[in-house]
Amino acid sequence: MNEIVPVVEMTDIAIGFPGVKALDGVNFRLFQGEVHALMGENGAGKSTLIKALTGVYTIDSGTITVLGEHKQFSTPAASQAAGISTVYQEVNLCPNLTVEENVLLGREPRRRGSIDWKGVRSRTREVLAELHLNHVDPGSLLSSHSIAVQQLIAIARSVEINAKVLILDEPTSSLDADEVNQLFRVIRDLRDRGVAILFVSHFLEQVYEISDRMTVLRNGKLVGEYLTRDLSRMGLISKMIGKEMEALAELDQAPARTRARTGSEVTPFVEARGLGRKGSVSNVDLSIYPGEVVGLAGLLGAGRTEIARLFFGADKADEGSIRVKGVSQRIRSPRTAIDKRIGFCSEDRKEEGLIGDLSVRDNLMLAMQASKGWARRIPRRVQDELVAEYIATLDIRPANPDALIRNLSGGNQQKVLLARWLITSPELLILDEPTRGIDIGAKTQIQKLVNKLATEGMSILFISSELEEVLRLSDRVAVIKDREMVAEIKNDDVSVEDVMTVIAGGTQ
Amino acid sequence: MKSLMKNRLAWPVIALAALLLLNQIFRPDFLSLRMQDGHLYGSIIDIMRNGAPTILIALGMTLVIATRGIDLSVGAVVAIAGAASCAYIAASPEPASPVTAAMAVLIAVLAGLLLGVWNGFLVSTVGVQPIIATLVLMTAGRGIAQLITGGQIVSVSNDHYKSIGAGYLFTLPVSILITAAVFVLAAVLTRRTALGILIEAVGINPVASRLAGLRSRNIIWIVYVFSAVCAAIAGLMISSNVTAADANNAGLYIEMDAILAVVIGGTSLAGGRYTLAGTVIGAFIIQTLTTTVYTLGIPPEVTLVFKALVVITVCLLQAPKARNLLRSLKAAPKPGTKEKVAI
Amino acid sequence: MSSLSTLTPLTVKEPSPLRSRMRGGARYAPTLATLGLFIAMFAVGAGMYPSFLSGQVFLNLFIDNTFLIVLAVGMTFVILTGGIDLSVGAVVALSMMVSATLLQQGWNPAAVIFLVLVIGGGLGLLMGLIIQYFDIQPFIVTLAGMFLARGLCYVISLDSIPVTEGFFTSVAQAQIPLPGDLFVSPGVLLALAIVAAAFFILHHTRFGRTVYAIGGNEHSAMLMGLPVTRTKILVYALSGLCSAIAGVLFSFYSLSGYSLAAQGMELDAIAAVVIGGTLLTGGTGYVLGSVVGVLVLGIVQTFIAYDGTLSSWWTKIVIGGLLLAFILLQRLFARKTA
Repeated sequence: MNEIVPVVEMTDIAIGFPGVKALDGVNFRLFQGEVHALMGENGAGKSTLIKALTGVYTIDSGTITVLGEHKQFSTPAASQAAGISTVYQEVNLCPNLTVEENVLLGREPRRRGSIDWKGVRSRTREVLAELHLNHVDPGSLLSSHSIAVQQLIAIARSVEINAKVLILDEPTSSLDADEVNQLFRVIRDLRDRGVAILFVSHFLEQVYEISDRMTVLRNGKLVGEYLTRDLSRMGLISKMIGKEMEALAELDQAPARTRARTGSEVTPFVEARGLGRKGSVSNVDLSIYPGEVVGLAGLLGAGRTEIARLFFGADKADEGSIRVKGVSQRIRSPRTAIDKRIGFCSEDRKEEGLIGDLSVRDNLMLAMQASKGWARRIPRRVQDELVAEYIATLDIRPANPDALIRNLSGGNQQKVLLARWLITSPELLILDEPTRGIDIGAKTQIQKLVNKLATEGMSILFISSELEEVLRLSDRVAVIKDREMVAEIKNDDVSVEDVMTVIAGGTQ
Repeated sequence: MKSLMKNRLAWPVIALAALLLLNQIFRPDFLSLRMQDGHLYGSIIDIMRNGAPTILIALGMTLVIATRGIDLSVGAVVAIAGAASCAYIAASPEPASPVTAAMAVLIAVLAGLLLGVWNGFLVSTVGVQPIIATLVLMTAGRGIAQLITGGQIVSVSNDHYKSIGAGYLFTLPVSILITAAVFVLAAVLTRRTALGILIEAVGINPVASRLAGLRSRNIIWIVYVFSAVCAAIAGLMISSNVTAADANNAGLYIEMDAILAVVIGGTSLAGGRYTLAGTVIGAFIIQTLTTTVYTLGIPPEVTLVFKALVVITVCLLQAPKARNLLRSLKAAPKPGTKEKVAI
Repeated sequence: MSSLSTLTPLTVKEPSPLRSRMRGGARYAPTLATLGLFIAMFAVGAGMYPSFLSGQVFLNLFIDNTFLIVLAVGMTFVILTGGIDLSVGAVVALSMMVSATLLQQGWNPAAVIFLVLVIGGGLGLLMGLIIQYFDIQPFIVTLAGMFLARGLCYVISLDSIPVTEGFFTSVAQAQIPLPGDLFVSPGVLLALAIVAAAFFILHHTRFGRTVYAIGGNEHSAMLMGLPVTRTKILVYALSGLCSAIAGVLFSFYSLSGYSLAAQGMELDAIAAVVIGGTLLTGGTGYVLGSVVGVLVLGIVQTFIAYDGTLSSWWTKIVIGGLLLAFILLQRLFARKTA
């Protein structure tokens, strides 16, 4: 295969942002008729590499050649003109326009200066038919379709361009199994027609299912290029995370803590019966006892976050009931939940957690200050003591309370958000993906903290995509599937495979 | 933190100083003050007095903008407040008594309160975009003011009322003292309580604020009420200064001046961090500019053109893109285009 | 570190074709509501005053609002991209001042009109360039543009300047007869031609569709390779051009130039666009809706003029009320389709 000229060849690419080297001397090549997976942890430089190729970022140094020709992309339009088309995770189309417009926007067939709408319609039908999307009405609004269909429409747009290179950036993150299969069918179809496909996904199994070759990045540097069939899953993971495997192993030996007392003689801190919300999740029966860590296991998009949001009142439940310490309560807003001593760390740190332009101090104090109301400001002296205490306990760096939080690293931001809730001394802390996208050191610290808090009597609802992490920390695991709670497993020596079986089989 | 505040105020302060210096050069007695009949006189006092309504409104506007909002209705509120108070005085049996003046003030402030509650209701409860929500009152408000005055200019003669805009107390114009009092009140209210930090939190990230348990609805309501009350007080000043209510022209374009003052002062229109002191300086810059036009002997008609150019310059200086451009011209080889997409 | 990837179970939920078509229909709902309102108001007027129900009363709505129609057209483009242009009223006044002054000095009317259009379009272009290249909010840039244009009016003259030039006066007095003893002014034809052109541009050219795409999702439009920068700049240039045309039309209508003219007209234009069903967040709306919006504003004025007992300020209050009603209606629709 090496004799063939690659469709895309990127050599010695470097891109830097203020304070960070996002890409450093990375080489990458993509051949015709292959599905090439770009692998790496969050922050490894995957999306930066893609954005360099699509003209969103300009490269600081290095060369890009497309079909042997040197290219310098300064705009997405330039990249597209060279035959490179991208479908992003968050479907970058226009929801206010129709399907046919989205497929052909900017390239509508014209007759005497006027858009030929009949031509638009028939061309769209052709393209949709190629992707087996005959049931989609070209005249319907894009926003009336599911994300999966929107994604396929975005691919239809690339097919229409006759793209030589198709980049799929996390295309499956909000799709279900059927939809993934449909997408893969389309991908294989395009590959067989000679399209070079760059596939980015954090779902390992999907990568092994669809890709022929992979390039692994770590910390903005190239680790290597491999044929998928030659690289085992364990091999891939260790290449993605590097030496840090040992740190993970160390945590596995962390002392087990004594299990919390549960059962009928103890009142659970919180108890949900038939909890649900229309169009979101239903039928959640879950109790969490003081000092207990309950894990939520399930696939991304199965309804884990939705359940957490119901417990916290971020979304209002419209069915079922919640009892807090045995008393029936209606949790209508985050504020009511906080009054009941519940805290919630959202999975989306940037959008739902951080107040970026405020200092570490103000971010730390926010929840406590909010519950006191605006009129009763927490005295500066009290603030300083609390902030200093938590910066020290959680090892927040830099240890400067006046630093703006947006300048901290992901792990330290997460610690500040944890501290925001710990200051309010909650009795139930809901942690939604608290270790995602942060470095391994901070991750270990957070996992240890969860253990410690539970030992001290706090109830914790722990959500993570990493099943190992859930099993390592939880006393019990609630399994979520199809937006319902399908099983509750007591965690004595349960293996990942056991839980996977439950998820796959849905055993009650 | 201190160096940051300094940094943010540096540009406006330099601009103001430069303007004052320019005036001083052209009119050597510009900065001098003199006492006459126990009253302080001088160009600086004039600038402060004439700028008082703008400063007041800009203070309210600062907090509104900090929550990611905007209040276009302040000019209309000025007209309504002036109309209500003057109409009350004109219709009262004792149009010259202090009680009547006090009642008129009360009525104007209550009117402001009510209008602020209305704006706050549309923005925080109904969820209308601020620029649109306040556009409603901006459009209808002048009509309401005309309705109150019956389409006439209502003149009043009440010395107590007149002293709000034109009187002196402790050698200083009353309007300056009122404005200073509101400034101190606003500063204390926002920085001694947690209101300031919560306003900024809501402005920077409303979603995260809600999840941290913040009742942003109340906060937003407070800032719109404060803004409208400030406008009402400014309306009192304006109408008392000329002892008449002009529903058509009172406070015309003052919302623009106020917004400019806020922007020039260094508060971003995108919401979040704000500075009240910067706003006051911004308002002074705008007022001094008007004076400068006179000092330099430029025909007063040109003031608006001048203002427009200053606004554009200041905005360009504050725009991150322009700053990057300047910086890259100076030294760094980094192209400025990257940061926009990198967010 | 196994991931839970391979087995995501969820069934595809495609909306039924009927439902998606209904949703498509909802796009027209605000505009249709405006049209309904207009017809209802006309009917009420006809019921109250017999003379109201005449073709000429209807045509006068156009004759008296030609400039506002043209302004609303330009504003529709801007608002569709999610922007706003506060300078339009001041640019109208500036155009009138420039025309009146130059005509007084004996310039050729064609040259005057050409120059006015260049000034208006140029000012809009300048604002668009600043908005786009320096990333400053349209609101603040067009506000400065408003100051600039209004200030230039003052610089030209503080007094009202009459227009006595032959071409302008003859256009002002011209009536184009229609069957049934009706007539319109030449300005109406020009305004309608502009509306037709705008409709064509918005719905049948790539530029027009890009305007909608930017309003729908600017970032997406950029990633789809559409000429976002150019389009956004052009939209403000177009609005400036429309303001200049409106200024010329207003000169025909009033035969004078006055620096305080057209005060607050930007509000009327925005109100007309919003009442006509265009979402202020951009991406949804129709230029024909904006025309109906102008007619609704016009009929409110006609109503008040017919009534005789109502004072002129009721116009402002009613427009404010209508604006409120339509904003609330938009909220309602946004919630339903969300």
